[in-house]
Amino acid sequence: MKMAIRVFLLLFMFFSSSYPTFSLYEDQVGLMDWHQKYIGKVKHAVFHTQKAARKRVVVSTEENVVASLDLRHGEIFWRHVLGPNDVIDQIDIVLGKYVITLSSGGSILRAWNLPDGQMVWESTLIGSKPSKPLLLVPTNLKVDKDNVVFVYGNGFIHAVASVDGEVLWKKELASEGIDIHQIIYPDGSDKIYAVGFLGFSEVAAYQLNVKSGELSKPSNLLFPAGFSGDLSFVTDETAVAMDSTGTILVAIHFQDGQIRLHQTPVSQIIQDFSGTAVILSSKIPGMFILKIDSSVAFIRVINEGKLEVVDKLGHTNSISDSLPLSDSQEAFALVQHGDGKILLTVKLSGDWTSNLVEETIQMDHQRGIVDKVFINSYVRMDRSNGFRFLIVMADHSLLLLQQGEIVWSREDGLASIVDVKASELPVEKDGVSVAKVEHNLYEWLKGHLLKLKGTLMIATPDDVAAIQKIRLQSSEKSKMTRDRNGFRKLLIVLTRAGKLFALHTGDGRIVWSLLLNSLRKSEACENPRGISLHQWQDPHHHALDENPSVLVVGRCGHSLDSAGVLSIVDTYTGEERSHMGPLHSIIRIIPLPFTDSLEQRLHLLLDGNQQAHLYPRTAEALRIFQQELGNIYWYSAETNKGILRGHGVQKNCVLEETDDFCFDSRDLWSIVFPSESETIAATATRSLNEVVHTQTKVTGDQEVMYKYISKNLLFLATVAPKAGGPIGSVTPDESSLVVYVIDTVTGRILHRMTHHGSQGPLQAVFSENWIVYHYFNLRAHRYEMSVIEIYDQARADNKDVLKLVLGTHNLTSPTTAYSRPEVVTKSQSYFFTHSVKTMAVTSTAKGITSKQVLLGTIGDQVLALDKRFLDPRRTANPTQAEKEEGIIPLTDSLPIIPQSYITHSLKVEGLRGIITVPAKLESTTLVFAYGVDLFFTRLAPSRTYDSLTEDFSYALLLITIIALLVAILVTWVWSEKKELQEKWR
Amino acid sequence: MSTRYSSSLSLFVLLNLTILLARTSFAFQSDELLADDEEFGLEGGRSPDLATVTRPASPTPSPRKRSLDSGSDQDSKVQFSLEHAFGDSDFSPAGTFSARLKTSSHGGQTLTKLRFSRNAFSETEKQNFKRLLEGDDFYRIRLPSNVLSPPGREYIISSVKARCLPRDALDEHFVIHMEGVNVLAVNYGSPGSCQYPRQLKLPSKWSFKSHTVLKNSDQAPRTPVFTEEVVGENGEGEEVKPLERSFWAKYWMYLIPLGLIVMNAMTQAMNMPEEQATGQPGSQTQAVAGRGQPTAVRRR
Repeated sequence: MKMAIRVFLLLFMFFSSSYPTFSLYEDQVGLMDWHQKYIGKVKHAVFHTQKAARKRVVVSTEENVVASLDLRHGEIFWRHVLGPNDVIDQIDIVLGKYVITLSSGGSILRAWNLPDGQMVWESTLIGSKPSKPLLLVPTNLKVDKDNVVFVYGNGFIHAVASVDGEVLWKKELASEGIDIHQIIYPDGSDKIYAVGFLGFSEVAAYQLNVKSGELSKPSNLLFPAGFSGDLSFVTDETAVAMDSTGTILVAIHFQDGQIRLHQTPVSQIIQDFSGTAVILSSKIPGMFILKIDSSVAFIRVINEGKLEVVDKLGHTNSISDSLPLSDSQEAFALVQHGDGKILLTVKLSGDWTSNLVEETIQMDHQRGIVDKVFINSYVRMDRSNGFRFLIVMADHSLLLLQQGEIVWSREDGLASIVDVKASELPVEKDGVSVAKVEHNLYEWLKGHLLKLKGTLMIATPDDVAAIQKIRLQSSEKSKMTRDRNGFRKLLIVLTRAGKLFALHTGDGRIVWSLLLNSLRKSEACENPRGISLHQWQDPHHHALDENPSVLVVGRCGHSLDSAGVLSIVDTYTGEERSHMGPLHSIIRIIPLPFTDSLEQRLHLLLDGNQQAHLYPRTAEALRIFQQELGNIYWYSAETNKGILRGHGVQKNCVLEETDDFCFDSRDLWSIVFPSESETIAATATRSLNEVVHTQTKVTGDQEVMYKYISKNLLFLATVAPKAGGPIGSVTPDESSLVVYVIDTVTGRILHRMTHHGSQGPLQAVFSENWIVYHYFNLRAHRYEMSVIEIYDQARADNKDVLKLVLGTHNLTSPTTAYSRPEVVTKSQSYFFTHSVKTMAVTSTAKGITSKQVLLGTIGDQVLALDKRFLDPRRTANPTQAEKEEGIIPLTDSLPIIPQSYITHSLKVEGLRGIITVPAKLESTTLVFAYGVDLFFTRLAPSRTYDSLTEDFSYALLLITIIALLVAILVTWVWSEKKELQEKWR
Repeated sequence: MSTRYSSSLSLFVLLNLTILLARTSFAFQSDELLADDEEFGLEGGRSPDLATVTRPASPTPSPRKRSLDSGSDQDSKVQFSLEHAFGDSDFSPAGTFSARLKTSSHGGQTLTKLRFSRNAFSETEKQNFKRLLEGDDFYRIRLPSNVLSPPGREYIISSVKARCLPRDALDEHFVIHMEGVNVLAVNYGSPGSCQYPRQLKLPSKWSFKSHTVLKNSDQAPRTPVFTEEVVGENGEGEEVKPLERSFWAKYWMYLIPLGLIVMNAMTQAMNMPEEQATGQPGSQTQAVAGRGQPTAVRRR
């Protein structure tokens, strides 16, 4: 029995070691990985400061996060990331203990427990047609002893009990074609009013009984001129709207079911007015804000619809919602911008001239202008009102201001990363040797002794803590210079706000940040947004005197053909070297494999008119480009039409003004997918900077297979148009998935294969000569992953040694895409348990290390799967030779080993992308996963075979050597003595 | 020239005859040739002269197509034209593909028996092509994306550097990717490799050698499904396997040293008698010395 157990244990150990595991020990967490939590740009904020031990603010964001933040430090108490389709419309706090969120266009109402964020209840409110969602939380209204929340969404008004989410009553309002703009509950009454527009030219007000939802007769009033924009409520009884021409203000009064209108031309209250005016949404009692050209006017509504301009401000500024103060007054905050600072004023709604608070705060220019402001009051030591301001800046960062100071700030722009590029750190110049970091020999020895104790497991808990501290503090990893292993790098990230951050890979801190000039709002560029980052200059020969830089590409609008903007940013200093734009539209950016004498990479930017523009715009770049003109090809996909086209460069553009850097393109090939059976679902290409170590693969039986390695391959998958919906919306017979491998120079289809009964969502990754893709198999009701490997047959007869010796082989001859390729593909499919959000593949410096496929799972974790499992040559019974080669016996599904989650216990909430960067050390690759959270780690797919681990005990080695030396000496002396004695005997 | 004419004439007659024959023995032939059609297609211009000959024949099939369409609902003949362009010029007709449209029982339509007849280059086209060769420019072709209602949604374009085509004659290779009656893509180029850098070489014969292949989509291999039983068998198989290894394979690491030791012992044993025979006195002296040493020490 004992023997059996032993054998079992041995076998177990053998098997557990046969799969390389990437797990780490508990005390290694945080050594080479870091995780940062963000929430995104705040949309709504509700303060909870009264009667609470921990003062907090509950926020909802554009990343669909609802979070409770510590008001003292800005840390996250709790947060929940709702799905990308579950947009939060409104939030509020009820009963002083529940956070209410209304999301998905007013159809899902949830309550979260305020202290710990547990979900208390959830109600799905079903309606008929989409409408503007509204949430009304009356402060003291009870229906049958229940506090009630009123929700208007999808054409229905619902009364929901705030304790358990039960729908007390609901009433359809949209059936008469009314578009509700506001629900009003006058305090203490038993009626609520729903006010909105009927068509374009009629105001309607509904009266509902609070208890039963009973609808009394609606009152309508026709306004023939018609309305434009929203109703803006000034008081509970008065609203203001703009007429359809944008020149007449209409004050609307609701009283006892009666509606009265009062018209005032804008020109009457504002002198030199021309053009149109827009009412900005605001919630200040008795007042509204009118936007005219570049200035805003604050207009007070005096009784009976008389309007009066209170103030007119020229600058762009933001105004908070009003906040009720204790003595039945309401205050609001106004933020104005000065030179490098912001001016905060708090005014009472009734009194414009005097300010309750006036503060000036220095503000970093890189944060841009104030986007939103929320205020909260507290009682000061001297019993007067003090105010806190939560402001959201143009770069999406969140700041809390109090008493003229920034209490805390959060860089929540990092929750919406658009693109990432890695950049090297500066070379060490002034001869600071790494050894100097270790303070002195004693410290060094002490540290290693501690480590030794740790390895020998004789360390006390205090020692363990000390070891952990030393490890975390090792200043090595956060230094600002290049290291020998290439672990230290800068991650340059572009956020949706148009801000560029440089993150240090050692500890994830922000080295510099820059709100790009080209991506700031301006007259010429209304809605700028960043699209992508590209390596502009990556100096190797001039590494000491040239700084690397990145090209930031942006667009001035949401449509593809809006004008483009460009910026070039130095990655060491974070300065914008130059910016261009607005210029031609930018559809696609092609980094060319050529660099000029300054090592600036040539880029080809394609615009909407099928013209290619060359950057940098220098004569040298043009000369290089013209030499290679005939060898430049690209492709474009028209996804809605299902056409793939190949293009080549032709000649200079024919324009009014001659532009040497603009080139016309011509169509060289096209592939038209039959529109009734196929739509393009996904594409994948090889990463441009991928390194392939060997062109061949030697199989177990001493055969050589040549990989078909071409940079111009495109993997494309199409699905049946019907199968575009969610899984289960089609039957297996209706759905199929076709995959293509296409040479993008000639348009040749190298491989084409149909998966019947399968559908998307499809994720694919392309590396070396293989493609791995993930899809859903409707017949098997499971997700599947398939692999395609492409081998070159044209070179297969180069195995002859004699040929190689005599040089008659064709391995070194230049290849051209116009030769007919003879390829064979091998393919196999496996079942896979998880659905996958995103996919990536590890990349190493020389491409020797085996690859891993990184899968972003639906649980927002990153799973590393060995490529060995996705080998098309796996068979059920591998031969001895195949086993020696490392082929795993065929299984129908891919194993998920819990230790291979590289995010270990952490979650990268809202995971959107994974990028891998090779380190200089061949065995290691750097992985950066981003979504709402950021996660960075180092990965060694075949373990670190080329270096000692960080916690390698040099002291132990030293001691061993010394001990051995001593032993040698002692034994030598002994032997000498013995020999002498022998001789004397 | 006259002989060539006559041969071409006879060929033309022959072709017409075969077409007529094909009409009469329709069902029989389609069964026979189906399999290799789809896989390998047909080499339209097996003899270079045929391409030139088929030119007058090309107008004749078009009325026949219609008559056949009405006649048989199972199979019918379709034609679609190939057009070409020199560099950026406009497209002009260059040849005709004819194929048989096969309607399967469940409504799917597939093309089989693809034939291609290439028009010979006219003088201006020759000049144009020469210019392409000199400028290393593209020779472009296009096909309709739907063979029943050309041009379908859009033309399928393909192009090749003109310098890739000339060998002795002009060699071309078409791979037409089909999905039902839709043409997805056409891969056009030389049948073999194309040298790089491309040399300027004029063809000795201005005629086309055409090879055409029709390709339909492959089926993806099914995901293997294992039942418990199979896994169990596998496990057993693996357990049994180690026993199959030969004695030598298992214990070679012990056997080789053993062999060496035996060899060593053997050689020593071989040497021993020799030494005993030849150098007995020496060994004796050695033995004496060996015995003598301790005595010597003692003597000191």
